[in-house]
Amino acid sequence: MKDIAIVAFAQTRHSAEDTGLAETEMLLPLISGVKEQVGISRFGFTCSGSNDYLQGAPFSFVSALDAVGAWPPISESHVEMDGAWALYEAWVKMQYSDEVDTALVYGFGKPSQGSLREIMSRGYDPYYLAPLGVDSVSMAALQARAYLTRSGAKEGDLTAVAARSRAAGRNNPYALHLDEPSPDAPYDVAPLRAHDVAPEADGAAVVVLATGDRVAEISARTGLKPAWIRGIDHRADPHSPGVRDLSVSPSARLAGAKAGATGVEVAELHVQFSHEELILREALDLGDDVLVNPSGGPLSANPVMAAGLVRIGEAAARIHRGENRRTLGHATSGPCLQQNLVAVLEG
Amino acid sequence: MGNPCAIIGIGQTRYQTKRLDVSIAGLLREAAVRALEDADLTWDDIDCVVIGKAPDMFEGVMMPEAYLADALGAAGKPVMRVHTAGSVGGSTAIVAASMIQSGVHQRVLTIAWEKQSESNATWALTVGGPHSTSLVVGAGGYFAPHIRAYIRRSGAPDHVGTLVAVKDRENALRNPYAHLRIPGISREMVESTPMLWEPIRYLETCPSSDGACAMVLASEDAARRAPNKPAWVHGTAMRSEPIFFAGRDTVNPQGGKDCAADVYRQAGITDPRSELDVAEVYVPFSWYEPMWLENLGFCGEGEGWKLTEAGATALDGDIPWNASGGVLSSNPIGASGMIRFAEAALQVRGMAGEHQVEGARRALGHAYGGGAQFFAMWIVGSEKP
Amino acid sequence: MPTNHALEFPGGYTRSVGPVIGRFLSELRDGRLVGVRAGSGRVIFPPLEYDPDNGHAVTDEYVEVGPSGTVESFAWVGEPLPSHPLDRPFAWALVRPDGADTAILHVLDVGEYERGAAPPKRLKPGLRVRPRYRAAAERRGDISDIEAFQPEVTMITAPSRLEYDLKPGRALDRFLEGVSEGRILGHRCPVCRKVMVPMKGLCPKDGVPTTEEVEVADTGTVTTFAVNNLPDPRAPQVPFVSAYVLLDGADVAMVALVSGLPADQVRMGMRVRALWKPREEWGRTITNIRWFEPIDEPDVPFDRIAEYM
Repeated sequence: MKDIAIVAFAQTRHSAEDTGLAETEMLLPLISGVKEQVGISRFGFTCSGSNDYLQGAPFSFVSALDAVGAWPPISESHVEMDGAWALYEAWVKMQYSDEVDTALVYGFGKPSQGSLREIMSRGYDPYYLAPLGVDSVSMAALQARAYLTRSGAKEGDLTAVAARSRAAGRNNPYALHLDEPSPDAPYDVAPLRAHDVAPEADGAAVVVLATGDRVAEISARTGLKPAWIRGIDHRADPHSPGVRDLSVSPSARLAGAKAGATGVEVAELHVQFSHEELILREALDLGDDVLVNPSGGPLSANPVMAAGLVRIGEAAARIHRGENRRTLGHATSGPCLQQNLVAVLEG
Repeated sequence: MGNPCAIIGIGQTRYQTKRLDVSIAGLLREAAVRALEDADLTWDDIDCVVIGKAPDMFEGVMMPEAYLADALGAAGKPVMRVHTAGSVGGSTAIVAASMIQSGVHQRVLTIAWEKQSESNATWALTVGGPHSTSLVVGAGGYFAPHIRAYIRRSGAPDHVGTLVAVKDRENALRNPYAHLRIPGISREMVESTPMLWEPIRYLETCPSSDGACAMVLASEDAARRAPNKPAWVHGTAMRSEPIFFAGRDTVNPQGGKDCAADVYRQAGITDPRSELDVAEVYVPFSWYEPMWLENLGFCGEGEGWKLTEAGATALDGDIPWNASGGVLSSNPIGASGMIRFAEAALQVRGMAGEHQVEGARRALGHAYGGGAQFFAMWIVGSEKP
Repeated sequence: MPTNHALEFPGGYTRSVGPVIGRFLSELRDGRLVGVRAGSGRVIFPPLEYDPDNGHAVTDEYVEVGPSGTVESFAWVGEPLPSHPLDRPFAWALVRPDGADTAILHVLDVGEYERGAAPPKRLKPGLRVRPRYRAAAERRGDISDIEAFQPEVTMITAPSRLEYDLKPGRALDRFLEGVSEGRILGHRCPVCRKVMVPMKGLCPKDGVPTTEEVEVADTGTVTTFAVNNLPDPRAPQVPFVSAYVLLDGADVAMVALVSGLPADQVRMGMRVRALWKPREEWGRTITNIRWFEPIDEPDVPFDRIAEYM
C-alpha cells in the first residue's frame, strides 16, 4: 500500500446549543483555515460525510459544497456516513490515482435541530425495529446490559469511563466542559445514566491527506510531523440485535486485526455510550497501558457525523505534536457498534 | 489508473412503478443474485460491498447500509454507502472500482437502488426547511427553464425533444428490464401528451420506478476465473460544482466538460464520437440528449440537436445513445446512474441481447445529479487496458 | 428564532414486505410466531430472507416457535420518549421464543411504574415471557400486532414524524430580516465582485466569506422560465410560471413565480417587478413577495441575459 499521511486536522469548538450558524457557515472558516495552514487551495480529491436526517431535508451535502470553493469544478464524492468513511474513500482513491496527491476530507452535523435519539432510530430495520419506535439510547442500553451480564462489570465501571472522559474533556478547548459525574445520577435508559450517553453537539471536522513529496512540503510549512496511516480497515456485523452477541464486537476485532492495531500508545475511540469503551478495549486488545480518549472522546462532545473523523484527527494530532509515536483512531456506525473502522497512525 | 478492474457480473431487476412483491432487501438481493450468477460466485466470495442510492427520504430508511449489511452478505466485511445526488449510481460504481484499482480488494459487489413507491418522489426530493427562498416543482420544474435556455441558445427546432422520446422508447422495447414499454410509440403519440413543465411534455420525461442494479467488479486475477467475458474499466472520473453562483453556465456546465475531458484522457480518447461505439448517458428529459452531446464533446456547441435529428444516436446510427432505453424508459433514481454504467459494460461484453450494438468495443457510462452539478463517468472496453 | 419543521411523508411510507417477512407478518396477524430455517439448520426468528451470518438464502421451511420465550437481555426505559410505544416505564427486550435460535427485539411490559422508576428487581435475563397480541380485528399485519411481551395494556401509536427546530443561518436570517422590511439584500463577493441574492455569507465560486451588504431593486428581468401545468399549493393557478428573475443590481438570478399575465405571454428578457403582499401580512419569509408581475418596459435583448443561465 502507498504511504499516505494525515498532515492537518481541524475541528470546530463543538456546541451543545444551536449557535445560529448554517452548516455552510460552520464549515467555511474551518475549511478556509486548513487551506491556509497547508498552503493548498485545490486538492486532488475531496470527500465528505453527513446525514440528511439531521436537518430533516434531502441533499445537506449539496450546500456544504459552497464552503469548499468548488470552482473550477472539483473531483469530489460524498458518503452518507460519518466523515471517517469519507477519509477511507479518499485513502483508497489516493492508493492508485496518480493525479491525487492531496485530499480534503470533512464531516459535519447539527444534531441540535432535532431529537437525535429518535432520528437515529430511522436507521433501523424498517420492518422489525423502526416501527417499534425503539430509540438509539435504548438500543445502546440493551447492549450495555448484555455486556454487564456477560463480563460481570458493574454500573460503577461505566461511570468511571464517563468520569475519566469528562476530566480529559475539560482540558480540551474543542469539547464541552462537563461536571464530574455522580455515581447515583438518574438513569437515562437503565443501565445507562445521563453521563453514559455522549452529549450531542453541533460541529465539524476537517482532515487533509497527502502522499509523496507533498507530505514533506506541507510538513515544512505547518511545522507538524506527518501522521502516516499504517493500516486502515472497516467491517460490519449483522444488523439486528437479536442475531448477534451484543456483549462483544466481532467487527471491531476484525477491523483492528486487519489494520494492524497492535502496540499503540493512545487510542481515540468513538465511544457514544460508556460501555462501548469497555467492549472496544476488549475487541482491540487495548491493555491498561494504552491511553484511551485523552481528548475526552465523544462522551465529552459528540458532533454527530464528524465524531468518528474527529477521533482519527485527534489520534493524528498527537503525532503531529510529537507527543506519541503510534496511535489508533476508531469510528463506529449503526446500532450497537454494528460497523467499526480502525486506523493505525505512526510518526 | 492502478490495477486493472474487470466487470464480471451484472444483475438488474425488472423496473416498474411498484415492486410490491419484494421487501427492500429482497429488491437488492434480486439484482445481486443475478450479478453473482453471471460471475459464477456466491455471497461468500465477495470481499466488500459498496451501495448507493438517492436521498434516504425516498424509503424513510436512514443510512440503510446498516439494515442491509447482512442482507447483502456483508457480515464480517466492509460495507459503504455513497450519496452524490442523482449521479450516485455512477459514483457508487466508481468507488467500488477504486476498491479493485487500489488493490485493497479482489471481488467487490456494488448495488444501487430506489424503491420510489414507498413514498413520493416529488416529496422526497423537495421536502425542505421552512426557510426556503425558491419555488420549484419537482425536478422538471428545475430543469425546464434550462432546457428553454438551450433551445433558445442553439436555435433547435421544437421536435428534437420528441425524436429522443420516441427513439429511447423504441429501444426500450428491446430491453426486457425496461419500465416503459410502449408498443407503437411515435412522434404523434408523444406530441399528443400534455406539457407538464413547458417545454417538457409528459412523454418527454422519465417514469418513477422501483428497481436495483448490481455489478461484481474483480481484479485481473479474479477475472480469469469468470465464466463470461468481462468488461474492463478504461477510466473513471467525478466532478462537482456549486449549484448557484454568478456566471454559472447551467445549460452546458463546466463540471460535465471537465469530467468528460478527464475520463477521455485516461482512456486515450480524443474524438469520442468516432472512438466510442455506444454511450449510456443520463437523459431524464429528452432534451438532455442534445445538451449532453455538446457537453460531452460529441459535437460542437449548438450542434447537438443536429446529431439527434440526423439519427446519429439511434441504435443503427454511428454513435448509439441509450440503446437500453435509458433513463427515459426506467428511472429508479439512485440506480439510474449505475444502470448506465452497467449497460455500457453489457455492450462491450456483447451481452446486451436484443439491444446489443454490434461489435461494441468501447462504451461510455454517464450520470449526473443535483442542479446538473454532480457528474460521474466511466469508460469500459472489451480489452484490458 | 428557530422555526418548526416537520419531516413527515404524508400517510406514511408504503412498504412491500416480500415473501419471507410477509409470511411472518401474516402468521403474526393470525396469532402465531414462525421462524424460518437457514441452511445451517438454525431457526431465524423473526425470519429473514437470508442467513445473517453469510447472506445465503434461507430454506422455505417455516417453523412455529414460542409462544413462550426467554428474555436474553433488556434495556429499562424509565423515561419513555414520545415515540416510544408506552408512556410509562417499560423495557426493550431481546426475546428468544422456544424453538428459535435468534431473538426478536420487542417491548416488555412488566407492569405499572412511576416515570423515572428504577429497573424492577424481577426483570433479568432468563425471565420467561409470552406475547400479548392485539385483538384479532385490530391486527394489521405488522410488528406491533404484538403489543408487548407480557400483559397490561396501554397503547400508543408510534408517529412517523420527526420535528426539528431550524434556524436559517446568519446570512439567510439577515436576508429574511430585510425581506420583512420590504428590502431585498445581497452580498458582494470580495474576489469576483459579483452580487449574490439571497446571500449565503460566502461565495460558492471562490469559497470565501462575504460580508459587504448590497440592497438590490425589486425589479428585474426574466432570464428563463418553465410553464408548469401541475398544480402546486404555492402557485395561484394552473398553468403558472416559475422563472429565474435577475434582479437589477444582482448577478445571480433567483427562482420566483411570475404572474399577472397569461402564462403563454411570458418571455425571456421580460421586465418584472415584485408584487408584495400587504405590509400587515409581512413576516420573515420570502413569501412576502407574492410573485413578480410585468412592468411596462421594453424586453432586454437575449444577448444581454444569455450569460445568466
